[in-house]
Amino acid sequence: MFHSHGTRRSNAAARSSASGGLEGGGVGSPAASSASEGSSFRPSASTFWLLLHGLCCLISLFLGFRFSRLIFVLLFSNTIYTYTTTTTTTITSTRTETLTVSFPLTHTPPIETAVKPNNSAIELSDKMSNQGSSHSQVVVGRHGIRIRPWPHPDPTEVMRAHRIIERVQQEQRKWYGVKSPRPLIVITPTYARTFQALHLTGLIHCLRNVPYPVTWIVVEAGGVTNETASLLARSRVQFLHIPFHEKMPVEWAERHLTENRMRLLGLRVIRERNMDGIVLFADDSNVHSLDLFDEIQKVQWMGSVSVGILAHSGGPDRTLLTEDEKLNPPIPVQGPACNSSGHLIGWHTFNSIPYSEKSATFVGESATVLPGKMEWSGFVFNARMIWKEAEEGRPEWVKDLDKIGENGEEIESPLALVNDASFVEPLGDCGKKVMLWWMRVEARADSKFPPGWIIDPPLEIVVSAKRTPWQESDDLAGSKLEQDDRRFTRPKSRSSSKRKNTLPGQDN
Amino acid sequence: MNDQRSAGDVLEDDPVGRLKVFVYELPLKYNKKIVGRDARCLNHMFAAEIFMHRFLLTSAVRTLNPEEADWFYTPVYTTCDLTPNGLPLPFKSPRVMRSAIQFISTNWPYWNRTEGADHFFLVPHDFGACFHYQEEKAIQRGILPLLKKATLVQTFGQENHVCLKEGSIIIPPYAPPQKMQAHMITPDTPRSIFVYFRGLFYDVGNDPEGGYYARGARASLWENFKNNPLFDISTEHPTTYYEDMQRAVFCLCPLGWAPWSPRLVEGVVFGCIPVIIADDIVLPFADAIPWEEIGVFVAEKDVPNLDTILTNIPIDVILRKQRLLANPSMKQAMLFPQPAQPGDAFHQILNGLARKLPHDKSIYLKPGERTLNWTAGPKGDLKPW
Repeated sequence: MFHSHGTRRSNAAARSSASGGLEGGGVGSPAASSASEGSSFRPSASTFWLLLHGLCCLISLFLGFRFSRLIFVLLFSNTIYTYTTTTTTTITSTRTETLTVSFPLTHTPPIETAVKPNNSAIELSDKMSNQGSSHSQVVVGRHGIRIRPWPHPDPTEVMRAHRIIERVQQEQRKWYGVKSPRPLIVITPTYARTFQALHLTGLIHCLRNVPYPVTWIVVEAGGVTNETASLLARSRVQFLHIPFHEKMPVEWAERHLTENRMRLLGLRVIRERNMDGIVLFADDSNVHSLDLFDEIQKVQWMGSVSVGILAHSGGPDRTLLTEDEKLNPPIPVQGPACNSSGHLIGWHTFNSIPYSEKSATFVGESATVLPGKMEWSGFVFNARMIWKEAEEGRPEWVKDLDKIGENGEEIESPLALVNDASFVEPLGDCGKKVMLWWMRVEARADSKFPPGWIIDPPLEIVVSAKRTPWQESDDLAGSKLEQDDRRFTRPKSRSSSKRKNTLPGQDN
Repeated sequence: MNDQRSAGDVLEDDPVGRLKVFVYELPLKYNKKIVGRDARCLNHMFAAEIFMHRFLLTSAVRTLNPEEADWFYTPVYTTCDLTPNGLPLPFKSPRVMRSAIQFISTNWPYWNRTEGADHFFLVPHDFGACFHYQEEKAIQRGILPLLKKATLVQTFGQENHVCLKEGSIIIPPYAPPQKMQAHMITPDTPRSIFVYFRGLFYDVGNDPEGGYYARGARASLWENFKNNPLFDISTEHPTTYYEDMQRAVFCLCPLGWAPWSPRLVEGVVFGCIPVIIADDIVLPFADAIPWEEIGVFVAEKDVPNLDTILTNIPIDVILRKQRLLANPSMKQAMLFPQPAQPGDAFHQILNGLARKLPHDKSIYLKPGERTLNWTAGPKGDLKPW
């Protein structure tokens, strides 16, 4: 098509130069081409290409894509290939497709048009191929880019994909994870106070994500309260709510001891009911990683993990590190210590000497809360270890639970449950991996909070909108003031201003 | 598991004792000197030709007596003339191959005896022995006329295509085994990515509008799924590429300029179900590996519906595919480890050659009979090298 156009032009140029006349015979060609072509042929060739290029640029502007490259490929490919017919039909039919690609909103992209070029190409590939076999379905050349009218995810399919992923992961756990997982029994001492909801919510969500069956024994100081009961009821975790007769004391030292007694109570419950599984002590303010629950499945009788101790004070950290401490900062980890062959040789404890002057004595005091020597949360054991009947295989180095605490002595750490601490198994790569963190953050003992964290009836404290931090414009200040006062004195009236209320109870 | 055993049967055949291969001694300019000029040839996806030579030199199937050989191997590296970017230029390859064949036909009588019917060559380039990277030009050239009778071992495979001869053995592209081993993560890491792909969607340098590259399939993938959170697809190549594949359920293996890609090998090794989007492709060792049961095949015209297709696969089918992929003999068959190990791709190639034995008596030409045309092909190919 373009060859003929080109020849017409050059013919026109030849005729005009020969006759010396004005117009060339070029029917559709721009007059400038023949006019500018003088007698010599050299400049006419270059101007011819220039004008052709200009024409192609104009067409590209109109069409919206680079047209010239395509045509030049065609032009030059004509000299090399023999199957131009195929490529031209491909181009012409797909040109419309590429048009619709660039305007996806106005046209629905034709999904079927790519079938068109196949017919001519099939015959050609028959001729080209050396095999005498049946026609090829696959065509060389330009194809359309198929885009469906609504290229966005479908929610049902997304849900199906997520279910597939879940099932794949379950299968992975079955294949590569723990072979015969044992259920977990988690003991948590708690009591109703301001920060209880914060701590328990975190713990509940953690236990919900544990992939093993969990029985949660919650021992509450001061008896069963509605606070705790309502939190547990919504938890969707299987739990046992056990009351403990004493109220939680205000001093930290006393609180640690009370918690120990509560945990022992939990252990006695397990013993009475002969519950089976792995016993884990999860304090409500501790933070656990899900790896911990996979790791403790490895325990035989009694195991110990490293606990990261996050001792902090309420205010800015005033502990000044000595030079020595700056070079070798103390590692805030409590847990088993092993020798090079992986055997337990001792225990890392938290170095509390820097804090000894400034530690908190009362709950809620803004000073550093110190952990005990060996935190209970760092130990796990097989529930069968504390059963009444001496199970076969229960080691002799375990003390009988009834004998502990009968003389009124305090149980500092679970190591009091065993005769020989060297039988404890170090878990988590011999204590090198820290999978849970001990933290104690509490409000003052006398701080008040709305019961169940539901504000009912609405608060009586009113904060005037004038005291909000954002700036008011001066001209509106007066009218807004009136409106605010009206709103606050008569709570039933509808407020017309769009000012955001800080109190949810005020909006009617 | 029954599934695992049935898939691995043929893969575990031992070729030693079933065939004998004679390795021609070509002058170093055909092999060692080429690699010496550019060591990058040892790491790119066409490196199988070099490693196969090294394997055969020390293999138990090698024989030094050509009279008892079943197969003859010509160690000529035709895919080692690299651009600064590391892509092989095929322009000299026909001359190199021709020169090598001339050498062996003049110095040994075995080529002329059968005109190469009991010889095999490794041609791992884009379109095999058509020796060009552009499909139109490759089709136009066709397979080198001198290789008309020989067995070709190549990575390219597409049904009813000029560049796939009947009887060719399709092999996987080379993927560096040590590098993949170094990036292994524990198998209990949960697979949380649904579909994964890293690579080009538009070849901006050669085909900016799209439509030529990958027959528009990759561009279609991008346009349809770039906003879909289930599809982790992008052109950025992260350092955690191998680790990410091990955390994905499906790995896309769409065609590029040629239908084959190393993604298939990576998918199989990392346990990610390959989603093959290349019409009429012939996959490696198709007679030994049940690709239909391991991978998912999607027609190029169905790419816009890929999410519907993948989410509608029944879950037990997916689990079964993953179980089959976990079969270590499947992974081993895709790799070219150094030194060679039983069941690896080298052995699968030999198994393939052994399955073609014994040679039909008709391959031996009668005296004076000639069928190969030594002057066929473009003029440029006839220049000596």
